[in-house]
Amino acid sequence: MHIVVCIKQVPDTKNVRIDPDTHTLVRQGVESIINPFDMFAVEGALKIKDLNGARVTVMTMGPPQAAEALRETLGLGADDAVLLSDRAFAGSDTWATSTTLSAAIRKMGDVDLILCGKQAVDGDTAQVGPEMAALLDVPYATFVKKIDIEEPGFLKVLRQTDEGSELWKLQLPALLTVIKELGEPRVPSLRHKMRAKKAEIAVWGNAELGLDPNSTGLCGSFTQVVRVFSPQRRTNRIQLEGSIENQAEQLFQYLKKARVPGL
Amino acid sequence: MDYFLTEEQKMIQELTEQISREKIRPIRAELDEAEEFPWEIMRYLAQADLFGLYIPEQYGGMGGGIFENCLAVEKLGEACIGIATSFAASGLGAYPILLFGSEEMKQKYLPQIASGKRLAAFGLTEPGAGSDVSGIRTVAVRDGDHYILNGSKQWITNGGESEIYSVLAITDRIKGPRGGSFFVVETGDPGFSFGKKEKKLGIRASTTRELIFQDCRIPADRLIAKEGMGFIIAMKTFDKSRPGIAALGVGLAQGALDVAVEYARKRVQFNKPIISFQAIQHKLADMATKTEASRALLYSIARYMDSDPREVSKVAAMTKVFSGDVAMEVATSAVQVLGGYGYMKDYPVEKMMRDAKILQIYEGTNEIQRNIIGQELNKEYGRLKESFI
Amino acid sequence: MKAIVDGQKCTVCGVCSDACPMGAIALRENQVEISDDCSLCGICVDTCEFGALSLPEVGHGPSEDLGSYRGVWVYAEWREGKVHGVSHELLSAGRILADKRGVELGAVLLGSGLDDQMAGELISYGAEVVYVVDAPELAHFTDERYSKCIVELVNRKRPEIVLAGATSMGRSFIPRVAAGLKTGLTADCTELDIGDEGHLLQTRPAFGGNIMATIICPNRRPQMATVRPKVMKPVRMDGRQGRIERVELPSRCFEARVEVLEVIAEQDQTAKLTEADVIVSGGRGLRSAENFHLIEELAGLMNGAVGASRGAVEEGWMAPSHQVGQTGRTVAPTLYVAVGISGAVQHLVGMQGSQVIVAVNKDASAPIFDVATYGVVADLFEFLPEFVKRIKRER
Repeated sequence: MHIVVCIKQVPDTKNVRIDPDTHTLVRQGVESIINPFDMFAVEGALKIKDLNGARVTVMTMGPPQAAEALRETLGLGADDAVLLSDRAFAGSDTWATSTTLSAAIRKMGDVDLILCGKQAVDGDTAQVGPEMAALLDVPYATFVKKIDIEEPGFLKVLRQTDEGSELWKLQLPALLTVIKELGEPRVPSLRHKMRAKKAEIAVWGNAELGLDPNSTGLCGSFTQVVRVFSPQRRTNRIQLEGSIENQAEQLFQYLKKARVPGL
Repeated sequence: MDYFLTEEQKMIQELTEQISREKIRPIRAELDEAEEFPWEIMRYLAQADLFGLYIPEQYGGMGGGIFENCLAVEKLGEACIGIATSFAASGLGAYPILLFGSEEMKQKYLPQIASGKRLAAFGLTEPGAGSDVSGIRTVAVRDGDHYILNGSKQWITNGGESEIYSVLAITDRIKGPRGGSFFVVETGDPGFSFGKKEKKLGIRASTTRELIFQDCRIPADRLIAKEGMGFIIAMKTFDKSRPGIAALGVGLAQGALDVAVEYARKRVQFNKPIISFQAIQHKLADMATKTEASRALLYSIARYMDSDPREVSKVAAMTKVFSGDVAMEVATSAVQVLGGYGYMKDYPVEKMMRDAKILQIYEGTNEIQRNIIGQELNKEYGRLKESFI
Repeated sequence: MKAIVDGQKCTVCGVCSDACPMGAIALRENQVEISDDCSLCGICVDTCEFGALSLPEVGHGPSEDLGSYRGVWVYAEWREGKVHGVSHELLSAGRILADKRGVELGAVLLGSGLDDQMAGELISYGAEVVYVVDAPELAHFTDERYSKCIVELVNRKRPEIVLAGATSMGRSFIPRVAAGLKTGLTADCTELDIGDEGHLLQTRPAFGGNIMATIICPNRRPQMATVRPKVMKPVRMDGRQGRIERVELPSRCFEARVEVLEVIAEQDQTAKLTEADVIVSGGRGLRSAENFHLIEELAGLMNGAVGASRGAVEEGWMAPSHQVGQTGRTVAPTLYVAVGISGAVQHLVGMQGSQVIVAVNKDASAPIFDVATYGVVADLFEFLPEFVKRIKRER
């Protein structure tokens, strides 16, 4: 079984501060991490590898420095890594990203299962997975929290919905987007880490993928950002004061005046 | 400080630091409070290939030495020496097999220990035999293809959690020190059971139990090396393991220093962070200096020992005694820097201070270490022809 | 490709250089210079008060006759025979867009055994036409079938705008619809409008809600967006007339390689975070799982849901389905009460869209107070019982 995990590097919000005056993000000195949901996907793939045996390839699209993120997953036990990197990929929206990633999956040829995090924490779009599935014309399930392989050629997955859970059976090849409940990422192992350090990471650009430059990056995108602005913030926070009884009374009155439901 | 580590050694540090940060620190207080064995962490360490650091590659290990193992133990010890002790104790139990076991025995046990699938433990101490090993009462009697063990071992680290035990028993009482032998006993062997779990001042995440042998029957090939080698095996094992105890001390001291400095920079009294007061600065300066000295001593001795020199007892004792004393002192100072907060369970230094005490006691008390150093000095100078007076 | 600098307008003030997350903007003598590290995120464009920065345009011109697409559509979601609230909201928002464009507002209803009552409800919220596809294969939601149906319908009727709720269902299958139609999609919008050139202006939070971005899809149709529940106001207009069109689709639309084996309703209704009007969340300040009864009591009193910070979930005090924040749910209720939560960025981005935020924390400098409407600096173990007592007194 060949599993491909798609990952993305995102700014590490643990270290992001919000400037109290301007209410904007202070991004200076912020390190990149692997999107947390993608780490659950990596863990999911490695669990399948542990239980059923599988080859796990990790793939990302990004600048050359994204190779470090790939190495990190090799340290966890992934077998191969592919970096999709080309100046022509810059400015990709989700469509152009999905186009590029699915071209890479086609190039690999023998892929049985594609795992993605449910969304990236910087963009929160949750679109790339389903769009890739559409482009590759494979079945998919989103928000997956449990994966079982019982019958060859099929998967049983438990997915989280707003109302509860659903148990689905999918025909392989398939694509899944996964959530935290799939399992916390493992720690790296020394052997894998040592191998990762020396591992050759394949770098594929437009030429290797055989893509028309007009179909990737900004050229291949359908959506365009026309304006970026800071949201309006509450500046008028009311700090309650006085004794505990007093504060409880004040809050009660304020909430009543604001006509919040439930009171 | 740059200790000119190799790529691989840096990787060991990086990996163990990550485990300490992400997995150990968040749960250490809880495990300490509950006196719960850190199985989850043991599994992480196994997955990370760390149990086989010092075991040769042909037995499923990473082929490193004492130094590599110490680097890992130190980083784990920065977060919790209770957990790090549980890890290191498996190595203590493995050394008799690694150093003196037959090829078959090594093939059988070392891969299991290296992969972390089974933990090892070392069984020597008895109610009447602590520092004085000649008080051992556990006996092993040959019976055809078997040995039959009777007696008990006390305060055995990882007792009841481990599945592979290296145990010292008397095979010939008349021969005195030459009458002891080491055996491998496995959980499930007939007549082998565990006594009560001890309640301790510190390192409470590590388990300490009694081992009980009641007509415990084991195959004769569980004898390590030959009959009568027991005390030599014990001494050689301690020589190898003492730097590991020193590494726990270096880690603990560093962990306490980290908390103390961070706290001193944040804590404001008299409108200033307390680190701006000389009384605090001098204390921190001494803590940092001693911690670094203890690390420098450990690293040079561990590296020296990995070059396989003939005589290591003196230096192994030196690093153990020094870093144990430093850890105790630094942890106590850290509590003092944090004042009332340091005494409360809200901060980790009270636990570090409780934990540190064991470093001066187990694997040969610091008094015994000083004896060893003193005796070695006597021998060494006795061999010299030159006079310095 | 990278951001474009207008040398005439650039004053080399350096504001954009500080704002660039990629560190791709260098200050030169006469104008800033943009390096190849530029990821075309567009953050610099907004920071420049001189209008000197812009992004190159996407694509290469309109690829087809955009004018042949007319009408605004809303995908109508339903559960157990009831139209989902977000669909009411979207119809009301869609009504405004359709009026601005002078076109018809349509609703799409997929399912099995659908009666006209639901369709009528959609009309009363603004739809002029309801397209109904009724087939036994649509009884359970699956991405494959639902997306094929919508793609087929869009190809037949050619609406210019398609909207859907950013629910777990919408977020799951709408991207596949967009990909099937080869058009752009903007997720999780909080604001929709029609621009001067007639494009749909889709505004959504980015970088965890700290930045808002307005996005267009200039060259493809339909323009597609998912919209967060509880953002738009539903307006019911009784007595409206509309028509119901039942559509037969070819069997290939119902083929699927996915089988729904079992649907398990969540036992614990309190986990229904995204739909709750009131959420009371607890963090590490609660100190133990047992103490969450304080949170549950308050939430119960206000008919709200129970949330938890990542810290509390990691401690095992609450199930992950309760987690609010970056790796949990993003919520925007009318009232959000954060108790014993310090307010790490990961948490803030998941709840700062709430209308009224109450923060209860011992530490006056906790970041949660930065987003609070009402701040209570107090020991939660003293304050909560007192507040609960106060509410009960009114009952």
